[in-house]
Amino acid sequence: MGVGIEVQQLNAWFGKNQALHDVSMKVTPNQATAVIGPSGCGKSTFVRCLNRMHETLPETRVEGKVKIGDQEIYGTGTSAVQIRRRIGMVFQKPNPFPTMSIYDNVAAGLKLNGFRDRQKLNEIVERSLRHAALWDEVKDDLKKKSGASLSGGQQQRLCIARALAVEPQVMLMDEPASALDPISTGKIEELIFQLKEHYTIVIVTHNMQQAARVAEYTGFFLLGKLIEFDKTEKIFTTPSDKRTEDYITGRFG
Amino acid sequence: MRTRFQQGLDELREKLLRMGGLAEQAVDRACEAYRDRDLARCHQVLEGESVINAAERDIDEVAFDLLAMQQPMATDLRFILAVVKINSDLERVGDQAVNIVERVMDMVDLPTVDLPVDISRMANATSAMVRRALESFIEGKDELAQAVLEMDNVVDRMRDEAFISLVRKMNEAPDATQQSLDALLIARNLERVADHATNIAEDVIFWVRGRDVRHNAGVTRRTTPVVPET
Repeated sequence: MGVGIEVQQLNAWFGKNQALHDVSMKVTPNQATAVIGPSGCGKSTFVRCLNRMHETLPETRVEGKVKIGDQEIYGTGTSAVQIRRRIGMVFQKPNPFPTMSIYDNVAAGLKLNGFRDRQKLNEIVERSLRHAALWDEVKDDLKKKSGASLSGGQQQRLCIARALAVEPQVMLMDEPASALDPISTGKIEELIFQLKEHYTIVIVTHNMQQAARVAEYTGFFLLGKLIEFDKTEKIFTTPSDKRTEDYITGRFG
Repeated sequence: MRTRFQQGLDELREKLLRMGGLAEQAVDRACEAYRDRDLARCHQVLEGESVINAAERDIDEVAFDLLAMQQPMATDLRFILAVVKINSDLERVGDQAVNIVERVMDMVDLPTVDLPVDISRMANATSAMVRRALESFIEGKDELAQAVLEMDNVVDRMRDEAFISLVRKMNEAPDATQQSLDALLIARNLERVADHATNIAEDVIFWVRGRDVRHNAGVTRRTTPVVPET
């Protein structure tokens, strides 16, 4: 099952540049939360702070509290690797391991963690590919075809399956469909709808209609600040803040 | 800025204003036709109906295209929805004007009798409501729209008074029944015009404030305080 995320007074820096300012947000378990805003507003930095990926870049810094379920992820003694196992991430550009088979792509995370039970591994690979709505398309070529041989949309679902295989509680998606055609985008959106049953989803998107279609909650970021956070239907019909209104109606700037 | 979208919204606004002018004119002409028992005016209203109907279709088409092509959000979405609904109300206002002149055409052939009803006063109040509802739309002012809502009770009361006095007239002077009935139906048509003006004002409030005030509800879309206290 998915878990909630509670972000309090989150600040993040790239060197001397502050990318996030006092962001507070409560993400509801087993629902999709969309993060929208213009380029450079801090939305990707925000989601990268949720699984401690921000700190992998040089000269970065994070302050504030992020709780995933009951775990304070920036608490002393909390391992970033352990955190990332609980929080899967999918990026804009599908990035399967190009030389690995479809099967090995999905099994990679578990194998890296020393998982050896062949039978169990088969089960997890199948379940992950089914959850990612890819199983029927690849089940006959699991070990024959490489991840790179799939179409862009299939590669993205393969990456989702790979993330699901380690049984995360939260899925972070950073523009997961922006490089895909409308049919593949539709499949990813349908997938998000189904994944909510098991996972909590945070999705960064430039496509406001996509946010409106998939997310129960939406947060609007501007210049590193969370300007407004509310139910998606409220944000897109009667936003409270003029800046949100200007952005979603295309009158920004 | 989305220039093409803005042009579409401007076009929609202009077309609706023109439609509003036609509907308002139809009601005014219908009331003049009643006051002067003027058949020429009646025919003007009847001929004007097809123009209003065509304008209604035209506005719906522009709104439909904008919804399909531009994916409007927030105030733009509320504006387009309000225009579609106001458009429908204005077309119904045109229908009520036609109903009124049909009664007038009936009355022209009947002997003139003194009727205990001030249709002109009611017509003035109703026209004022339509005019102000349209002004509230033009200026995007919800307080003007709110004033229209408050005027509706006045017209309702006029309609009730007209009913009571005209039914009494029918009882007292059976030979004036047909004329009384025509006047009574006209009072009802005017009251319906006032209802449409009220609907228009409610739609303007929805567009401007994002509040649904229909049926005295005053519902704002629910806001959930989801940002934790810090």
